[in-house]
Amino acid sequence: MDEATLLAALSDDLDLAFEGLVRARQDRLYSTALRILGDPTEAEDAAQDAFIRAYRALGGWDAERIAALRLDAWLATIVVNAARTRARRRATTGGRASLTFLDELDHPSGTSAETPHGRLDRRQAVEAWANRLLALPERYRAPIVLRHVDGLGYDEIAVALERPEGTVKAQVHRGLALLRAALDAESRTDPALPGRQSAAPLQELLR
Amino acid sequence: MTHPRITPTDDELAAELGELRADAPSSLLPRTLVTVGLADAYTLMPSPIGPLYVAFNGLGVVAVETAPDGRAFERSHVARFGRPAYAVAALPATLERAIARRLDGDRRVSIELDLRGRTRFERDVWTKALEIPRGEVRPYGWIAAEIGRPKAVRAVGTALGHNPVPLIVPCHRVVRSDGMIGQYSLGGPANKRTMLEAEGLDPDELETLARAGIRYIGSDTTRIYCLPSCHAARRIGATHRVPFHSAADGERAGYRACQRCRPAGVRAAA
Repeated sequence: MDEATLLAALSDDLDLAFEGLVRARQDRLYSTALRILGDPTEAEDAAQDAFIRAYRALGGWDAERIAALRLDAWLATIVVNAARTRARRRATTGGRASLTFLDELDHPSGTSAETPHGRLDRRQAVEAWANRLLALPERYRAPIVLRHVDGLGYDEIAVALERPEGTVKAQVHRGLALLRAALDAESRTDPALPGRQSAAPLQELLR
Repeated sequence: MTHPRITPTDDELAAELGELRADAPSSLLPRTLVTVGLADAYTLMPSPIGPLYVAFNGLGVVAVETAPDGRAFERSHVARFGRPAYAVAALPATLERAIARRLDGDRRVSIELDLRGRTRFERDVWTKALEIPRGEVRPYGWIAAEIGRPKAVRAVGTALGHNPVPLIVPCHRVVRSDGMIGQYSLGGPANKRTMLEAEGLDPDELETLARAGIRYIGSDTTRIYCLPSCHAARRIGATHRVPFHSAADGERAGYRACQRCRPAGVRAAA
């Protein structure tokens, strides 16, 4: 669902539209949090924190202010901040207890169990790229995640991270260069690295 | 040994990174909606009248209800509150402890309730019912008098019948103004008797007094009169118990009202 449709619904009746917002954006917020934090449980908590903050903020705003929002950039700001808060909290305390939904037990959300072995290589490749991303310094990781995982434009990332657009572009560029360097380093130390071997575009390059 | 140098282009890197999009866990949506109060979570809790369904959200406890099974509970819940109810494995530990302490008679323990959409009058009635100690009962008129609406006895009964969180708000401790145990919203009057018995009261004994027209018990040593279930009244020795049919009878006999169970207000409501 596009921003305009969501914003129109949210400014019309927040309580009625909020579930739609969560459904429309939960994969994006979760992915952003997951690729910044690395841990699925922490990422779910951060995405939840972000939606709750969004709900509370929207509840205090009039329709005009909601309609004027750059929704996805704003949600990105919130989830990046929520992820940072989680990361800081993780450094000082442990996790927190949360509700166990029974449907979750019936249909585990983890994807490893139902994956046919044919997709195992692909999974390992994704894992390898996730780890390379996690190894990046945070100032590069967040802009790269927002640009290439979440798919935001540079102007939106600039809003989301409160950095000049030029800085964001440079950081994405620098981050990609670091990822390339990491890949290169891996290929020299361990040519049989499963993650790299199975990455489809790279496999083609190797032929 | 040489290795092929691979230098993926920006587009190739972008394609790889694009694969890092993941599906949110199925619990994210219900957790989020429950926290902000747009949906509720529910589970079973034990009670003297058998397992009860408890629904709650980030704002507080929403409902305590009987149902044949979880699906039936979910259906009636959405019809009643306009929100979905999602099954969870257990109550949050702090809430579970708080409810257990409340049912044990600890009135100081605070339990957040989600009473959105309820009237001020209903909240006043329920808050007042919370003051009734475990093992005691008060008539509807007592609540009406205590909240400053002495003529609203019938409305008090209605509000108690609409109590969404029985047990947690102990509406089972409110009885008819004639002293009979009366109706109970949670599965009928037998459950009310069971609850009172579990709290150490004898409902038959209370109704025997009620049928005899005895509304108050005085002590001829302290010259104080009480509602029959008042802790103070139940400590009066058999030889010192003086029954009264009305507060006026007690006053005429030179007795003053107990400051603990405050029976005088009921007279004002009568």
